[in-house]
Amino acid sequence: MPATAPALDHPRPSAPSIPEWAEAVMIRIGAVLAALLAGAAFMAATGHDAWTAYRVMAAGAAGSPFAIEQTLIKAIPLMLTGLGVTLAFAMGLWNIGAEGQLAVGALAASWLALTVPSLPRPLMLPGLLVFGFAGGAAWALIPAALRAFAGMNEIISTLMLNYVALLWVDYLVFGAWADPAAFSFPYSRPFPESAHLPTVFGGVHLGLVLAVCAAAVLWMVLRATPWGYEIRTIGQSPAAARYAGMPVARNILLVMAASGALSGLAGAGEVGGVIHRIQQGLSPGYGFTAIIIAWVARLQPWAVIVVAVLFAMLLNGGFVIQTTGVPAAIAAMIQALILFLVLASEYLLRRLRRRRATAALRLALAARP
Amino acid sequence: MTTHQVTALLAAAVTAGTPLVFAGLGELLAERSGVLNLGVEGMMLVGAVSGFAVAAVTRDPWLAVAAAVVAGGGMAAGHAFLAVTLGADQVSAGLSLALFGGGLSAFLGKPFIGIPNPVPFRAAPVPGLSAVPLVGPVLFRQDLLVYLGYGLAAAAWWWIYRTRAGLHLRACGEDPAAADAMGIRVALTRYAAVAGGGALAGLAGGYLSLAYTPAWTENMTGGLGWIAIALVIFATWNPLRLLGGAYLFGAVDALGFRVQLLGVQTSSILLRMLPYLFTLVVLFAITVIQRQARVPGALAQPYFREE
Repeated sequence: MPATAPALDHPRPSAPSIPEWAEAVMIRIGAVLAALLAGAAFMAATGHDAWTAYRVMAAGAAGSPFAIEQTLIKAIPLMLTGLGVTLAFAMGLWNIGAEGQLAVGALAASWLALTVPSLPRPLMLPGLLVFGFAGGAAWALIPAALRAFAGMNEIISTLMLNYVALLWVDYLVFGAWADPAAFSFPYSRPFPESAHLPTVFGGVHLGLVLAVCAAAVLWMVLRATPWGYEIRTIGQSPAAARYAGMPVARNILLVMAASGALSGLAGAGEVGGVIHRIQQGLSPGYGFTAIIIAWVARLQPWAVIVVAVLFAMLLNGGFVIQTTGVPAAIAAMIQALILFLVLASEYLLRRLRRRRATAALRLALAARP
Repeated sequence: MTTHQVTALLAAAVTAGTPLVFAGLGELLAERSGVLNLGVEGMMLVGAVSGFAVAAVTRDPWLAVAAAVVAGGGMAAGHAFLAVTLGADQVSAGLSLALFGGGLSAFLGKPFIGIPNPVPFRAAPVPGLSAVPLVGPVLFRQDLLVYLGYGLAAAAWWWIYRTRAGLHLRACGEDPAAADAMGIRVALTRYAAVAGGGALAGLAGGYLSLAYTPAWTENMTGGLGWIAIALVIFATWNPLRLLGGAYLFGAVDALGFRVQLLGVQTSSILLRMLPYLFTLVVLFAITVIQRQARVPGALAQPYFREE
């Protein structure tokens, strides 16, 4: 048997020209550039000056110490929710509910700050974080239990719970928690000073440190613990995992709770560290952007941190770009387009390789005497 | 409640359920061919803004409907490219479409916020039928797009279960390899089903901005696209059951508004949670009862001949 016949499950018959990770990085850089280019073409087609828009966007994203500060502030919830959905996706759980888990985390933290405002700071601050963490976890446990015990698809349930959570925030900020001094603006009374998260530098709050620590822990867990091994095995083949005796239902509950907890922490960070009260429109869709971030980061925790900063730049630049008359939604379009292009190029390469391998195999088989 | 109030509630249920009829039928079509498209919310939003823009500029309601249909179909073609041609993961591809549609519609819709639709669809009672007690005011004093919903659901049912083309569609969704062996062009069928489904999602969005609201506001779908996906599961991929389910969801939605009018002291915000909670409960019930027995066999699985 000549050694030229490649096995079908090894899609690259010859020695790889570049390592796999380098290819992944290149695909992503290419996707970002192509998405920006498409965004420029779209702006030009709709009568906007794309060059000016991008210049303003870049300046607003990273052009000054203030811009960098604002970008990092927005990166914190993107990192935490991004890490949260990364954990769930790693086990093949489609947690699309980070937005709602963030909101319930913010609600739980706000409840503490608004109902016991006299709590001393050494108790208030950890309390705020613990409540945010627990609130997000509890909200995620609902779809987790439905999935683990009834087999109910988590995509729809997590999504529906997003809407419920956001309406719950509305209900409180328009009602029981409404700021009497705000003339029916949709926000709560302000938090007491004791519930303001400490800042690391400028206006960037403690959440940045927490997010980086969370990435380190998640990286360790997924890479070097038996639990991480279980999570990845269940993610790749639930049937095999069950056959190997891994507790799938228990892991669904644990992973979803941890995933929701990270998003809940993001919510606590927003109310405690940025707006110092709770309000309608708490998040400009952080929990949805998180899904794109997790995918673009290939479910690698450290990459989530990097991609979150990049996407925060787009988001912040999007806010600033409105001064030139371009709608901020251009940022959301570019983000979704990046995901689309990353998916397209990865699956295109996979198809091409598989086709080439099949052709080579046919040739090899035909050449046999 | 008086008879009059019951009639009004049922009529409102049919109106509120109509976008779900269109979007649900569209998703049903795609899923019957074996492709899961989670981008319904995004396709609806782009359909809504395209329809509204054309209505505002041309003042031609049917041209506006056509624009919504084309916009939804175009968006879906992007999903078909990823899902059918490249064999990409359909969940993440659909999510990217949903998010892209949200951004694109917000961008395009900026100039149209706060403008009333100059040519909204109004009720066009069917002569004769609209005079029938109860049934008349509920079903036959609606706008023309509602009647289109009845027709499309019936046509989809007949097409899927009673025609050769419908059989081919189902074959692609159940067992694409067998369909291929029968000489059915799987990729072409799936492209057509996904694009046609997207066109219906666009129509659903158009219904919101042209007839139901009728105006453009950002994210005006408010989760209807996702509810439509749940509805397909609830309807066990049957168009007629989907029609009934859509009106049931419409009734829950309409009930929220009506309860307020009746003077019950409940917060309007909590009532707005009803359709989402109802979706959860219904999906839970259906999951427990039938355990996914009737899902198209090859749903969300790419098909390539050489593998």
